Amino acid sequence: MSATPHPAALALKLEGMEKRVGAATHLYPLNLELVPGQLNVLLGATLAGKTSLLRLMAGLDAPTAGRIHEGVAGAWRDVTGLPVRERDLAMVYQQFINYPSLSVRENIASPLRLRGVPKGELQQRVATIAEQLRLTPFLDRRPAELSGGQQQRTALARALAKDAGLLLLDEPLVNLDYKLREELRAELLQLLRVRNTTVVYATTEPQEALQLGGNVVVMEAGRVVQSGPTLQVFSRPASLAAARAFSDPPLNVLPARFDGTRGIATLVSGAVSGTASGMASGMASGMEVALAPAAVAAVRAAAVNEFLLALRPHQLYSEPGSCRSLTLRGTVELAEISGSDTYLHVHTAGGDVVAQWRGIHPMALGSAAHLFLDPREFFAFTKDGTALFAPPTAKGDG
Amino acid sequence: MARIELVDVGHAYDGAANAGTETRWALRPMTMTWRDGGAYALLGPSGCGKTTLLNLISGLLTPTQGRILFDGKDITQLGPRERNIAQVFQFPVLYDTMTVFDNLAFPLRNRGWKEAAVRTRVGEVAELLDLTADLKRRARGLPPDAQQKISLGRGLVRTDVAAVLLDEPLTVIDPHLKWLLRRKLKQIHQQLKVSLIYVTHDQVEALTFAEEVVVMNHGEVLQVGTPQALYEAPEHTFVGHFIGSPGMNFLPCQLGRGEIHLGDVVLPMEAEWLARAAAAGTKHQLGFRPDAAEVLAAPVASAAGAAWQPARVLAFQPMGTHCLLQLAFGSGNVWVRAAAAFQPAGDHMWLRPLPAKLALFADQRLVPRVAGEWLGDTNPANTAAQAAPEAASGANP
Repeated sequence: MSATPHPAALALKLEGMEKRVGAATHLYPLNLELVPGQLNVLLGATLAGKTSLLRLMAGLDAPTAGRIHEGVAGAWRDVTGLPVRERDLAMVYQQFINYPSLSVRENIASPLRLRGVPKGELQQRVATIAEQLRLTPFLDRRPAELSGGQQQRTALARALAKDAGLLLLDEPLVNLDYKLREELRAELLQLLRVRNTTVVYATTEPQEALQLGGNVVVMEAGRVVQSGPTLQVFSRPASLAAARAFSDPPLNVLPARFDGTRGIATLVSGAVSGTASGMASGMASGMEVALAPAAVAAVRAAAVNEFLLALRPHQLYSEPGSCRSLTLRGTVELAEISGSDTYLHVHTAGGDVVAQWRGIHPMALGSAAHLFLDPREFFAFTKDGTALFAPPTAKGDG
Repeated sequence: MARIELVDVGHAYDGAANAGTETRWALRPMTMTWRDGGAYALLGPSGCGKTTLLNLISGLLTPTQGRILFDGKDITQLGPRERNIAQVFQFPVLYDTMTVFDNLAFPLRNRGWKEAAVRTRVGEVAELLDLTADLKRRARGLPPDAQQKISLGRGLVRTDVAAVLLDEPLTVIDPHLKWLLRRKLKQIHQQLKVSLIYVTHDQVEALTFAEEVVVMNHGEVLQVGTPQALYEAPEHTFVGHFIGSPGMNFLPCQLGRGEIHLGDVVLPMEAEWLARAAAAGTKHQLGFRPDAAEVLAAPVASAAGAAWQPARVLAFQPMGTHCLLQLAFGSGNVWVRAAAAFQPAGDHMWLRPLPAKLALFADQRLVPRVAGEWLGDTNPANTAAQAAPEAASGANP
């Protein structure tokens, strides 16, 4: 790990940043601060505002309101409205964008030439980056003669060669094959770790966000719903929206009623997994849940009668255990085997849920399923989606 | 719906294949039978030949050699229209200005269906896809997942199709909606018993969708099997690597008499198995899945300690619900999956690959652990027999 760190990873501060296009609001006013040299993941569904935010950060679009400041070693400057070529940044897009008439070598060298890097150093840097991204054998080819993976490597190499203080990556791997994505993600992580660059990486996939680590900014419908260290946001979502954004397969949400005198929650009909809205009433309804004392205290302090309990799919277990005192019964609607895991879609009288079980569990459709739950693992939210309680994780992080 | 048979079907884009001369096969000659009403996935990386195979079935391409039969009838020379194949593509193919109803009705009206029959059938398909409420809306204003459901509906609405071919149909769909659509697709398959052939490079999509997956690479079919068979008994190292995330670990190994050597690490192994591996090829690899090993943060001095092997930690990745460790182990690097709470105590830790879950490969091909052991479900007769009880139980509520 001997790469020379970039002298000036940028800090970025967005203040009251807002973007409207005609009558449509793409981004509601938001404040965000990026620490220099950190990896930041923008996580959100399509149209959550990730690309809009990246384009504002880059200065490719002008904000409707708000300011953007850049900081180098504690010195700030207002870069709102500054053209992108006057900024110290590089951007990589979903689509593989390269200069079609230039060789791979010239593509990678182009930002360095523009900056007047001396020839010897330029050749050295192109060779190093090409080697790191495994492009050395293709340096004399044109982009059109490359596979999709190699084309995107070229775009990444050009961005990295620039050695900018801010690197913006907009779903850079989404158009690649699944396995290629896995490979390039691992390589990219290695490369970024040894660089002193502030990185913003947009993705729709929670698994990718977890793999990348660093900090996460969770977005939904043009708003930032939560930001912080990735694992901490995963373990302690501040809202139902943040919890849902981080759950794949979807979060199981079970409406409950709180009996303040007894300190007991009762599941009411209308359990939803986030995948289905149709529901019946009956069975799950009436099930009593003895929540952890801290959860009881949180729900009591919020003085709510009706609230929401939630479990991630891997918390609906296939086997009973000493702490799994609750059993949810239902019928199997669908069993999907991914190899390492089985995803079980179960219809309960309270609604549809999804369970993720380790290993291969062939289950006939229509057969009875028993899902074992640990009442201490429940997340609790108010009906409007504010977090009331998150269970402590095994490691006690967050 | 139809049974689809491919008999010695091969395709080369640069023209006729002459025996003996070097042919650049986009699809190497292969023979395979797909049963009526089955759900199949064609899985592999870009350029593996899966789209070529799909186009041969739909009739967009005529094979360089071999014959294609639908229900025993040779249709090799027929065009796409005469083959009665419905296709769903990556991006929704719709008439934006038409209503959802008219979009779904289009393939039927096109074939001269009576309006009353059109109404009934469109109603059924819309109900199946949760599109009933949208029937009067224009397709244009709907979100991508609804548009893709309409495309799917257009494929399913005809009752006379031999098969529905789906080419990466979930590409434009957000991860949290993919679940919904995949579930819908499986339910439809259960209810309508349509033959579905699904092309994808995404192993999760292929494995969760299909009863049987055809894994391809470089124009060659490497294995046809159930998701379970592909995961537990990959017949080729490529299949082991491609299925699973991370894929199977492979370590170069030297065969001993009752053990294998992975550099400094020695693992006991059945002599008879080793003898067959030696006979099967020259380059040997040990394979095991990331979840087929136990880990310890610190060494234990108990009797069981003998089975634990040292490993050096290269990377530690917490994944929320579990964690992944990249380790230098024996003759190479491996990925291991551990519980979310696991944390290595330093640079070194201890590993124990589960003996029952080890696989041996000779020149990239699996060496079965038991001589003559049945591997996978490559025999169509066997597949049909296996599928029968499942189909029966599916029909019973």
